Amino acid sequence: MSTSSIGFTGVAASLVLIVVAAALSWRERLGLERTIAWAACRAFGQLVVIGGALALVLADDAPPILSWLWVAGMVVVGAATIASRVRNVPGLFALAAGALGGAVAVSLLVAFGLGIFPLEPRTIVPVAGMLLGNAIGATVLSARRTLIEITEHRDQIEVRLAIGQTGRDAIRPHLQESLRTAIGPQIEQTKIVGLIALPGTMTGLLLAGVDPLDAVLVQVAVMFLILGSVAITSVVVGRGVAHRLLTADHRLQLPAT
Amino acid sequence: MRIRRRAAATAVAPVPHHVGHDPDRPLFELDGVVVERGGTQVLAVDHVEIPCTGTTAIVGPSGSGKSTLLRLCNRLEVPVAGTVRFHGTDLADLDPLALRREVAMVFQQPVSLPGTVEDNLRAADPDLGADAARAALDRVGLAPDLLGRDADQLSGGERQRLALARSLATDPGVVLLDEATSALDPANATRIEELVAGLTADGIHAVWVSHDLDALERIADHVVVVIDGRIAQQGPLAAVRREPVPPVERFFTGEAA
Repeated sequence: MSTSSIGFTGVAASLVLIVVAAALSWRERLGLERTIAWAACRAFGQLVVIGGALALVLADDAPPILSWLWVAGMVVVGAATIASRVRNVPGLFALAAGALGGAVAVSLLVAFGLGIFPLEPRTIVPVAGMLLGNAIGATVLSARRTLIEITEHRDQIEVRLAIGQTGRDAIRPHLQESLRTAIGPQIEQTKIVGLIALPGTMTGLLLAGVDPLDAVLVQVAVMFLILGSVAITSVVVGRGVAHRLLTADHRLQLPAT
Repeated sequence: MRIRRRAAATAVAPVPHHVGHDPDRPLFELDGVVVERGGTQVLAVDHVEIPCTGTTAIVGPSGSGKSTLLRLCNRLEVPVAGTVRFHGTDLADLDPLALRREVAMVFQQPVSLPGTVEDNLRAADPDLGADAARAALDRVGLAPDLLGRDADQLSGGERQRLALARSLATDPGVVLLDEATSALDPANATRIEELVAGLTADGIHAVWVSHDLDALERIADHVVVVIDGRIAQQGPLAAVRREPVPPVERFFTGEAA
């Protein structure tokens, strides 16, 4: 296996495309030049800092507890991200933290318990990171769509409540719609994987010189774990948000907008 | 769910069913009721009675709190203080789902649920047979062959009659009508008024919310006037018409609408 290192010179060379993007923004008068420059600098700075921290966590003599703490930190940051994107649902941070933590625990149990990956710091952090990275996007979508679906269909839900349906029954069609919306993109991505774009894990392994067949097997395992964790977090958070909009006596209680 | 089960378990009083015309006990009685929304008081009722004889209309200017008063009667709204009684029983002691099947509601907008006309009726009574479904349509003047029609394809007037049929599918003793004719053309509005008059002749109580003062004599025997979130006057319609208090007189003459 060969190693791949582009060094800071390579990074500087890739800046050419950032300059192109900024130039396009300037030419089309999009006003995004500063934002593009800030995004590029921020991504570089963040990843350098994260890389430095990861070097400590993933060092051969580093205690494994550091990796688990890192995963816990990712769960907290992920939950905070979700709660910040859908602000007017009470208790969303705790709900999202529980869902992300539960999903990543189940997925890692499968990944390491069944021997798909060796249990070591070098695998714990990246695998958990991939799971959480995908789950956070889907979970934000699930929470947001659930809130929007229920708010937009308030009249239908109240009609159902007024004929004696339970709150859970009254919101079910709208919750189902929001969950389909949240999980759908990941299912589509799983269906077309490799046909249009090579996914990140596989690309990374190929760039690192791993045999393509081995890279494919790792990627398939990762895709399955991602789909599972996306489904778990989307359903748990979607249902949690929906039930926070209902009272114990089957009334709809929408947050103030 | 645990909370909901506990709430249902404490609601042990049987819901009064088809109470008939009882001159000694009001249909609904509200005492010291305060409703707040977003921390703002929207309704304060010292005492109001909706009699068990004749038909009552709740009237008042837009935003005065009359719909809120109506929604208190089937617990789609709950007060922060005070008591709402249905035929002598505190609503807090009743199973809200059973209450809503006894105290049905037709909303201002003619809302149809997704699916066919038959699906809409079955949403209220999943055991409704084909003959009963045809009879339910016939009761509100809709052709029985509409059963298989997509409910969205009905006209506004037909949808509102379907909404009435759907609310009657739970065999209620009371129908609450929240401006149920205001979104309809005059011919369809009259049709709904005639249907409701037929229901009251069959022993079903009707409580209207309306801002159509011209319709009052046609639809109501008693009136409750709500102005600025308070009960301005209540009593037999003829008496209130004859001797309105100053704010009600201004409302009747159009100065406060």
